[in-house]
Amino acid sequence: MKLFKNINIDKLKSGLSKTREKVVNKISETISGKAKLDEATLEELEEILISSDIGFDTTERIIERTRISLKSEGDRSTLNVFTIIQNELVKSLNDHIELKDEFEEIEKYKPYVILIVGVNGAGKTTTVGKLAHNYRKAGLKVLIGSADTFRAAANEQLEIWAKRAGVEIIQSVSGSDPSSVAFDTIQTAKNENADVVIIDTAGRLHTKNNLMEELKKIKRVMSKVVDYAPNETFLVLDGNTGQNMVFQANEFSKFTELTGLIVTKLDGTAKGGAIFQVCSEQKIPIKYIGVGEGIEDLQTFEPKEFVKALFAHNGTLDE
Amino acid sequence: MLDELSLKLEKVLKKVTGQGRLTEDNISDTLREIRRVLLDADVNYKVAKKFIDDVKTKALGKEVLVSVSPGQLITKIIYDELTELMGGANRELSLNPTGPTIILLVGLQGCGKTTFSAKLAKYLTEKNRKVLLTAADVYRPAAIDQLKTLGKQTNIPVFSIDGERDVVKIADKSVSYAKENGLNTIIIDTAGRLHVDEELMNEVAEIKKKVNPTETLFVVDSMTGQDAVNSAKAFHDRVDFDGIVLTKLDGDSRGGCALSIKAVVDEPIKFISHGEKLDSIEPFFPDRLASRILGKGDIVSLVEKAQAQFDDTEAEDLEKKMLQNKFDFEDFLKQIKMIKKMGSIKSLLGMMPGMNSALKNADVDDKQLVRVESIIQSMTKEERQNPKILNGNRRKRIARGSGNTIQDINRLLKQFKEMQKMMKSMTGKGGKNMKKQLKNLRFN
Repeated sequence: MKLFKNINIDKLKSGLSKTREKVVNKISETISGKAKLDEATLEELEEILISSDIGFDTTERIIERTRISLKSEGDRSTLNVFTIIQNELVKSLNDHIELKDEFEEIEKYKPYVILIVGVNGAGKTTTVGKLAHNYRKAGLKVLIGSADTFRAAANEQLEIWAKRAGVEIIQSVSGSDPSSVAFDTIQTAKNENADVVIIDTAGRLHTKNNLMEELKKIKRVMSKVVDYAPNETFLVLDGNTGQNMVFQANEFSKFTELTGLIVTKLDGTAKGGAIFQVCSEQKIPIKYIGVGEGIEDLQTFEPKEFVKALFAHNGTLDE
Repeated sequence: MLDELSLKLEKVLKKVTGQGRLTEDNISDTLREIRRVLLDADVNYKVAKKFIDDVKTKALGKEVLVSVSPGQLITKIIYDELTELMGGANRELSLNPTGPTIILLVGLQGCGKTTFSAKLAKYLTEKNRKVLLTAADVYRPAAIDQLKTLGKQTNIPVFSIDGERDVVKIADKSVSYAKENGLNTIIIDTAGRLHVDEELMNEVAEIKKKVNPTETLFVVDSMTGQDAVNSAKAFHDRVDFDGIVLTKLDGDSRGGCALSIKAVVDEPIKFISHGEKLDSIEPFFPDRLASRILGKGDIVSLVEKAQAQFDDTEAEDLEKKMLQNKFDFEDFLKQIKMIKKMGSIKSLLGMMPGMNSALKNADVDDKQLVRVESIIQSMTKEERQNPKILNGNRRKRIARGSGNTIQDINRLLKQFKEMQKMMKSMTGKGGKNMKKQLKNLRFN
């Protein structure tokens, strides 16, 4: 018995577990159906995904999924790995695309009420202008309400957009209650038989509880005019935003039921990859993307194009 | 609650053993975790990688103090490097003592330039500068109105030219206007622009050339992600800015983009802005941002404090006693004294990662420490070293001597027993029972 006394069991255990890990990994790769990726490809992949703001955890998850898909693939060239991963990404976005016909919806409700929310500087007001323009171009009568009663000259900014879009605007008095502006706008829309109402709100950081509560109130007051309002609540997200985008979406969801996302400022070099996490956590479809300051610079979101842009300089997406 | 607390304690305490020197092996887990923390804080992929590699190279082979784990030590080194990197020299705003001071603000759309320009104007006015705000954003609808309104709110004159689209001209004229009106500080608010917009980047470069500002500040939204490096670099290449302003820090973003920008352009962060009120502007504190980016409670200050206050040999001694299960009241007293040197128990526990929320409702009374101290001090040396001899009479004497009741003495003795048990299980192979025992260990 004396022979065994001096062996440090703990040390032995930890040494063993390292070997065991290696063996287990190999076995599990065979059993679980995951392919191994070489270091270089893995690193390149990681860099592309993380550099586009997809986030550490999501990147790991995506790579895991790809390894599973790769198992049945004969071709494990870097190019093919990229193709597979891009398809995975497109698929994850497609899962959240809504196929409902917006115009059918708009016809059902009169007025169709859209509420625009987001943090400061995300591009809400610009987006409202672009949206109004698009609806009006489609032959709809649009009314916009300026419920940003806080920021200096928010009214004036929206007024210029209303003029550009050729739609009517209901103004607010600085410092007044934003929900009363929302109320007035919908009331006017009802009286004037407008098809679409878009309400712009003040930028609010999702960490400010009182401002978030205010959103609830706006919604409550809106439903006093038409009980179904709002039909849509769009969260506007700055495409430059990193991991904080996820917190924004989560917090706004807590206070108001979001029905769609609009990602702005994608005409720069930011990729907006944080949106993948937002989609997977909140299951909210991305509706539009903003690609410039012009009134025409709002596009319907196309998952395939979006993913292609992430990999702009690395490989191609299979058609 | 206590369950959670003890779990955390267990984790932390397990790490409190010296391991010689920092090696590739004993810091690899921590480094991986820190890399993830940096990436989650939006530090650029390449910047995070290089930063960690650099720190690692520097740190390998460093000696580990007995009272901290290699993981804690490397965390502290990372924190120090981070603070140092973001600190840099010359963080003050340069003001021209004789001629006019011209401050040019540039940045992407929506980063908060206009709001910040009003804040800076107010800040400098309070420092007895005579400030003029120049509205040079002719693109965003109503941007000029916004600045005018902010000017009215703060009683600061705003210069603008109705209908003028040539911003170089506006900027230039504002400088002569300031001269004529005895204003010595001009803050030029420019339009937000994308770094890839050739035309607008040319325009801002032209403004800079024309007015030759004392300071050009790059304003950046603290929520910006990985792309911050690209926009910052492009702006730096074109206008060679002198400092960075971080905005919207009143949100919950970790502000990792500051590290990225710092790494690619090496200009100091001069101000942070955190809120919509016009006085929410602050000079920049590198250590605060470093903690924010690392987001790890204040493990760093804990390590620092521990390093400063723990006497190495004392700690070694204690460890030996713990191993031999000879922990007595003498050691307990020493520990209490050390803890007192380090600050209140609550603040100490609060500094451990994850402990803050758990401790919100915990009632840790520092007075209790004083009481325990007085009880131990009323014991004889023999009693301290061998608590078993504490019979009824001795307890009565100690109670009288320390101004406590017999019940207090009994409670302390019970706690002490639990503590001994806990240490036994920690140092032995057990470990599992510790959680249960920690539960029974209360501070009062």
